[in-house]
Amino acid sequence: MRASLCLLLIGVGACASAGTKTSTAATPRDTTQADVGRGGTSTPNADPFPSTYKPFPSRTTVIRNVNLLTAAGPMIRNGAILLQNGKIAAVGATVDAPADALVIDGGGKYVTPGIIDDHSHLGVYAAPGGNALSDGNEATNPTTPQVWAEHSVWPQDPQFPRNLAGGVTTLQVLPGSANLIGGRSVVLKVVPGRTVQEMKFPGAKYGLKMACGENPKRVYGQRGGPSTRMGNVAGYRAAWIRAVDYRRKWDKWNADHKGDPPTRDLANETLAEVLRGNILVHNHCYRADEMAQMIDIAHEFGYKIRSFHHGVEAYKIGDLLAKEGISASIWADWGSFKMEALDAVKANMALVDHAGARVVVHSDDPSGSQRLNQEAAKAMAAGAEIGLPVSEDQAIKWLTINPAWALGLDDKIGSLETGKNADVVLWSGDPFSVYSKPEKVWVDGALLFDRSDASEQWRTDFELGFVPFNRN
Amino acid sequence: MISYRLINVSAVALAVAVTGAPTGAQTVAITGGKVYPVSGPAIENGTVVITNGRITAVGTNVSIPAGAQRIDATGKIVTPGFVNSSTQLGVQEVSAVTDTRDAAARGKDNVAAAFTVWEGLNPNSVMLAPARKEGITSFVVIPTGGLIAGQAALLDVVPGTTTDMMIRAPVAMVAEIGDAQQAGLTSRGELIVKLREIFDDAKYFRTHRDAFDRAATRDFSASRLDLEALQPVLDGKLPLLLTVDRESDIDAAMRLARDFDIKLMIGGGAEAWMMADKLAAARIPVLTGAMNNIPAGFASLGQRQENAALLRKAGVSVALIGNAGGGDWKCGWRACAIHRA
Repeated sequence: MRASLCLLLIGVGACASAGTKTSTAATPRDTTQADVGRGGTSTPNADPFPSTYKPFPSRTTVIRNVNLLTAAGPMIRNGAILLQNGKIAAVGATVDAPADALVIDGGGKYVTPGIIDDHSHLGVYAAPGGNALSDGNEATNPTTPQVWAEHSVWPQDPQFPRNLAGGVTTLQVLPGSANLIGGRSVVLKVVPGRTVQEMKFPGAKYGLKMACGENPKRVYGQRGGPSTRMGNVAGYRAAWIRAVDYRRKWDKWNADHKGDPPTRDLANETLAEVLRGNILVHNHCYRADEMAQMIDIAHEFGYKIRSFHHGVEAYKIGDLLAKEGISASIWADWGSFKMEALDAVKANMALVDHAGARVVVHSDDPSGSQRLNQEAAKAMAAGAEIGLPVSEDQAIKWLTINPAWALGLDDKIGSLETGKNADVVLWSGDPFSVYSKPEKVWVDGALLFDRSDASEQWRTDFELGFVPFNRN
Repeated sequence: MISYRLINVSAVALAVAVTGAPTGAQTVAITGGKVYPVSGPAIENGTVVITNGRITAVGTNVSIPAGAQRIDATGKIVTPGFVNSSTQLGVQEVSAVTDTRDAAARGKDNVAAAFTVWEGLNPNSVMLAPARKEGITSFVVIPTGGLIAGQAALLDVVPGTTTDMMIRAPVAMVAEIGDAQQAGLTSRGELIVKLREIFDDAKYFRTHRDAFDRAATRDFSASRLDLEALQPVLDGKLPLLLTVDRESDIDAAMRLARDFDIKLMIGGGAEAWMMADKLAAARIPVLTGAMNNIPAGFASLGQRQENAALLRKAGVSVALIGNAGGGDWKCGWRACAIHRA
């Protein structure tokens, strides 16, 4: 796992010069990048596996006569939207259609931003299931921040096109929850790609998967530990203590480039980036009391938790989540399948929302991910039932701008606003109805799914020949 | 447009009616709703009268008995209670906690035909109330695991003991042609051979019980109780619910059923749509989910969401079960979801 800097540098012929060039460098970061490539040293925001995503060909498109749930304000009834050069160029009651625009009459249907699922294992637990494609948990050590989910993603997973047909345009693919610290996530566009790099969301920050509670202690209880929740917490803290130390040494070296650089360590490299705020923490944690403890650990070491995932008890600490600025990535109605999931209530989302914290409808499930709109609808119903109604204008945020925020991408996606990426879904009806389906899905302005046109329905290489039929 | 929320409301209305039944001499009239009697076309502004736990009138021109409790269903929908025909309700509380799992039997060599899963059912399960709230008024509890998992029962979602809840037991013998390894075997063909051997032994056993008691028969592939439990299946009185996904496995199951004169039902049936005409001709019902469309294994590469709709179109009897995303109590709204297909 540990590799000396020098060994890594041999490949690019920079080993001898790494130490000497630094003194004349304009900025340390420029120098290290020039010398050793994107990820050669433990520098902030290193990018050794850069995105090669290119938007698919698009044409200027106007969708008019539609109800626009914008996630940025009240619904625009009978409005229109202009998609141009991959961006949303105009939204409103009317838009000017350029002469070359394809004009789609929405006929009173609905348009939303592309749905964003911030908890997916597509590609890392690909279909068909089984050992050969089970690549989501590096369950060999309870602390594995050195692993990156993207190195497990199989771009031919037939679950990807099904997700797109469900209106999902962006996914965070996470490592599983066997480990206290499971590794880096990757943010993907739900698009065909020969390589995972072709699916990677350009400029997206990495996430760090952490996990509370039963899973790590179950997996490691008979294998050297941790075997208890207190063991879990000791494990997180020990890892952060190492990371703080590592970060201090590297930040010093990055600033002055004096002497040999510290030895690189992939695990601490990831954790140091969390401490610098460059990687967002996504923490699997069901119980309110454990979430509160994870918040204290974050305070102890000076990092932020971006989102708690699976927090079935988030409703108990909505105030705390609001105060800390942590989103709750949760289900509409999962619960009871293990002790830590026992206190699930269906009004969880409504309660958290009313407490002022950000709600994210997440899936952790390839089937649920295709129907996140229905999950939101169920949660709205549960809220209404206890006197906490949630408007559609609010609930659409649970599916789009809030997960965009959780991924640090709310400046690019998640709402129908001028200048944002044209990730857009045309629904057959109100997206909060069980009867509505995505009819057309655009990613960066390119039409990548059309329910009425089989030629606009992506099939993965795996499916060809193997899967007799895959209309969604 | 009918939203999920409205469906949910209608389900609640029904649960009130049905769970009111055991409390005795009570007359309830649900008025003004759109009634789906299932036995015929929908009735706008219909009335349903329930007397002493029975439906006594359905229609538009119904006189409401004096003193009846009236439930105004104006703008709502009235349906029969939903039946979830494949659940572990009451036999699995917290699936990750072994103490609360009572759906599987060890059996002998993965055969547990004698296993009566309902004997371990917990009528105080906290899963029952949410199921009822979602409109599920009856459920089939089915055993899981092994080659022959055991016997299933049909129960009402009512307060009381298992005896109070019971409608009929057994309602099916449950077996699975799926993972050969899970059944302690090596290949799918071997699973079929093993099933044939068991049924063959059961057939032989029925005419040689005395010899068996004298230890004067050959060795059987299953225990005495298992062989006894299979007799109603051989008599055609108890259907065999076979969980099976791949087209070729469904075909093999149909051959087995024909050879032993067994009433077959298919559970899961990912690729049943490929066999729709044949299943319809053989009058074999299929219990399947409304939402699965993922080729999750090599036995279910043909999984598609239109499965139920295609089967229905071919004339197959279909019952919806909640087999995508789990949640035995969530089947109510899954029934609505079939309209997506």
